[in-house]
Amino acid sequence: MKPTNRNGLTRLFYNPTARSLFFQALVLGGLLWFVLTIVGNVTTNLNARGISSGFGFLSQPAGFGISQSLIEYNETFTFGRTFFVGLLNTLLVSAMGVVAATILGVFVGISRISPNWLLRKISMVYIEILRNIPLLLQIFFWYYVVLQTLPRPRDSLSFGETIFINIRGVFMPKPMAETGFALYVGLLVAAVVGVIFLGQWAKRRMRDTGQQFPVFWTSVAILLGTLVLGFFITGRPIALDYPELRGLNFRGGMSLIPELIALWFALTIYTSTYIGEIVRSGIQSVSHGQTEACRALGLNEKQRMNLVVLPQAMRVMIPPMTSQYLNLTKNSSLATAIGYPDLVSVFAGTTLNQTGQAIEIITMTMLVYLTISLLVSAFMNWFNKRVALVER
Amino acid sequence: MEKFIPIPSRPAPVVEVGLIGWMRKNLFSSIPNTLVTLFTVYMMWIVLVPFLNWAFISADWIGDSRQDCDSGGACWVFVTVRWNLFMYGFYPEDSYWRPNLAFILLLGILVWLSVPRLPFKKWVAIAALTVYPVAAYTLLYGGFGLDVIPTHRWGGLMLTLVLALIGIVVAIPIGILLALGRRSEMPVIRMVCVIFIEFWRGVPLITILFMASVMLPLFFAGGTDADKLMRALIGIVMFQSAYMAEVVRGGLQALSKGQFEGADALGLSYWQKMNLVVLPQALKIMIPGIVNTLISLFKDTSLIVIIGLLDVLGMVRQALADPAWLGYPAEGYLFAAFMFWIFCFSMSRYSIYLEDRLNTGHRK
Amino acid sequence: MKKIATLVGAAVAVTAAAGVNASTLDTVKNRGAVQCGVSDGLPGFSATDSAGRWQGIDADFCRAVAAAVLGDAEKVNFVSLTATERFTALQSGEIDVLPRNTTWTLTRDASLGLNFTGVNYYDGQGFLVSKELGVSSALELDGASVCISSGTTTELNLADYFRMNGMSYEPVLYDTSDQTAAGFEAGRCDILTSDQSQLYALRLQLSDPDSAVVLPEVISKEPLGPVVRQGDDVWFNIVKWTLFAKVNAEELGITSANVDEMTSSNDPSVQRFLGTSGNMGELLRLDNQWAYNIVKQVGNYGEVFERTVGTGSPLNIERGLNALWTDGGLQYAPPIR
Repeated sequence: MKPTNRNGLTRLFYNPTARSLFFQALVLGGLLWFVLTIVGNVTTNLNARGISSGFGFLSQPAGFGISQSLIEYNETFTFGRTFFVGLLNTLLVSAMGVVAATILGVFVGISRISPNWLLRKISMVYIEILRNIPLLLQIFFWYYVVLQTLPRPRDSLSFGETIFINIRGVFMPKPMAETGFALYVGLLVAAVVGVIFLGQWAKRRMRDTGQQFPVFWTSVAILLGTLVLGFFITGRPIALDYPELRGLNFRGGMSLIPELIALWFALTIYTSTYIGEIVRSGIQSVSHGQTEACRALGLNEKQRMNLVVLPQAMRVMIPPMTSQYLNLTKNSSLATAIGYPDLVSVFAGTTLNQTGQAIEIITMTMLVYLTISLLVSAFMNWFNKRVALVER
Repeated sequence: MEKFIPIPSRPAPVVEVGLIGWMRKNLFSSIPNTLVTLFTVYMMWIVLVPFLNWAFISADWIGDSRQDCDSGGACWVFVTVRWNLFMYGFYPEDSYWRPNLAFILLLGILVWLSVPRLPFKKWVAIAALTVYPVAAYTLLYGGFGLDVIPTHRWGGLMLTLVLALIGIVVAIPIGILLALGRRSEMPVIRMVCVIFIEFWRGVPLITILFMASVMLPLFFAGGTDADKLMRALIGIVMFQSAYMAEVVRGGLQALSKGQFEGADALGLSYWQKMNLVVLPQALKIMIPGIVNTLISLFKDTSLIVIIGLLDVLGMVRQALADPAWLGYPAEGYLFAAFMFWIFCFSMSRYSIYLEDRLNTGHRK
Repeated sequence: MKKIATLVGAAVAVTAAAGVNASTLDTVKNRGAVQCGVSDGLPGFSATDSAGRWQGIDADFCRAVAAAVLGDAEKVNFVSLTATERFTALQSGEIDVLPRNTTWTLTRDASLGLNFTGVNYYDGQGFLVSKELGVSSALELDGASVCISSGTTTELNLADYFRMNGMSYEPVLYDTSDQTAAGFEAGRCDILTSDQSQLYALRLQLSDPDSAVVLPEVISKEPLGPVVRQGDDVWFNIVKWTLFAKVNAEELGITSANVDEMTSSNDPSVQRFLGTSGNMGELLRLDNQWAYNIVKQVGNYGEVFERTVGTGSPLNIERGLNALWTDGGLQYAPPIR
């Protein structure tokens, strides 16, 4: 027992609760002082130098053009509109990147554990080389080295006079909705719903009777059938608008600008090296005993993969995959280096230059990415809870 | 009775052993496998042969102007004539010995620390953390009788290394404090640390660099002498320390709870518990994670090009814009890629080696 | 706990900063060098030569300020800035003066807390097109892809011009003028738009300069001049009169070659200019030799123009609008008296 001759103050000093309160108050006070100082400095600086502030600029006309926009935009729209144009372009390239990187990454990951020695080694070299080179450099490489060697519009590489590739991008026919389009879409939706029901029915049947049903191939047949047959039944509701060289450039159709292509390729390839490793380690994380048990049960290779290994590997793979998707989205901000009009390039670049309102614009830009990150991590937490192994 | 002598075992069939057996097993085990092998070999033939021919066989290595590049292959002269610029940026030529010396000293310290047999490890480590930064700063920047070389003359690989090293050295202690704060039992401190970490991890580095270059100056009262490099470093350190904090948190979580409880039971204070029990074990576990963070930091330093600082990639881009040397982007970018790759790859190998070496006692 | 480090750092930064809020002139004198913001590579305006020395009309303006204030034209720290960060760099005090080919506009003058000190170079925006397009007027450019350096007034002028003439275009943005030229050369765009002075410089950088022509249309006014922070009138005057001194020197016929002989001139304006009579320098809180130093070490406006962008340089630009008012140009400086 400790001697109890301490006076009140010392006791208070050694009291863990009091101490913790004291430290917290100290940190909170310091933080408050820090924030207030910065806010004070900023206000003084802005006032003293007559720099305008506030969000009024968002409703002023922007006055500059943007090369790619998913929503209607021209110079007469406002700075606020440029924010959404940039945001949508960021989301577009991120979505394209996520899909392509997943496909490529799964391929690389499976190659890493393929029985073929050559394929194994090549995918290892691919991963080791490309994940150790900065993404920015890869973007520059695609944009300045590879894409700049493409021919000029007049000498475009042409594929059946419908798809044209030149230094200004890839020009493709654009589908246009005509009469009967709504019916066609309705048929497709019905087919998708049907496939979902089929899958559930097959699952139930397997659970009850143990019999398997070739869900995948049936679904493919149904979907493709609806896609093709429906097209003719509803009276060809989609017309194609072909690109055509008129004047200086291709007009009509739709196009992928080279900035988008370079960014997309670089993001895809860089991220696929990480996804490849995740897929590999995910599959390898399923213990060998499981494989042996499958063989003992007489499952074939495909069944082993689909029914035993992948469901377990997925649980390990999905959290790191999501953080790679998040990284890809954040990395898409490197667009600004080659002038792809994403959020950072359009809003934190051109709009910032034209208005000079650094604090407002950078804060808005950071908040967008922060929101995306927080939403995704919230989803991840929910998902992790859902798939967490129930410990026995 | 005659002694039983077994017939010596016959050698394995020739198709099962040696090169042929290996090939049958690894390259041609089934029809699809064979097709994959043939296809891969064909693709390699198509891609690698012209590349090797361009990059090495018919490349130009020696010369001092673009007239020396006439063989049709890669023009490595483009790189050799600018070698010094790529390495040191606009650092004055007669002072190249200063960064050289600084990096040789660093290399010496690293070798000393990583060769197990050398003595005085503790003292060398202390010197590396106290004396060396001052010495390196003096060598690179100036003072104590050396000419001051302002940071806007720094560039090239030297700048890349400086950024990566300072970034990691400053980020580690901040990261440790943040991680401890995040596990703290005091709600305010925990909240502050969580918000700090999640904020910096949630935004792309490029917006942080933009913030450092256009917003940070307005945060200071009056004019400060915090130059662009300094501000970029502040941004990089904030960003990196948040990632470091997560690595440290991973290390702390890998320790069993018994260690914490044991230390508490012995009556150790919080800092005694951390310094004597938790961190020595956790740091060991964390080393591969730290090296991985260093690798990503090293790659991320290339982003400073976007705010106008000239690291090795920035110098290459400047050189590519030189009217006298237009038209060698492939050589320039491949060179920059090689410089980054060689550092990142060796670090990742080192991290794997460390993982093997340290994986002896604590986790299994 | 971890906050402590941050707090101490911030406290040091904040308190250290509070002391620096002195006048720019004192700061420059204490530092012994002018911090001067220039473009990161614009031939004729500011670009490093093979020896790493900054050359160009903007770089020489920095030297003139250093000569006037410190008596030594070499006491300049050049800070290369991108278009995005140039104003913040000046606002925050990282640089003392910004002669970075910056266009004087109302918005910039009124809302950024800056003061433009005058016009160092009268420019206008134009178009560079490839000859093989067979275009002779900018009005034939409907649907063109246009290469631009981002973050400048150029983007706005371009949008205005195309809209006014009912034409569409695709903007292709680049960070620096070198990359813009490279994009144009590779054929990423049909036309390159920039200030006319730059078009001539960029045309020279093409592998075949004769393959491109500068169109006759000038679509905007681009008065380029040095900028300082608002609220420091002493410094504002110094920079403004450095600009005027260079023009006045040309008008008075004082060159770097004859400036020493001119000290014995009995023309009262020359005497006032060179500080042999009167105390003009002291009124600016400078040495009376200030204008002498500018001309002796850097040269008068005409000399600098010829050396950096004029006929004595690869850019080979005519004086045009930038001739003295006496020769039909716009360069006119208030008298030194």
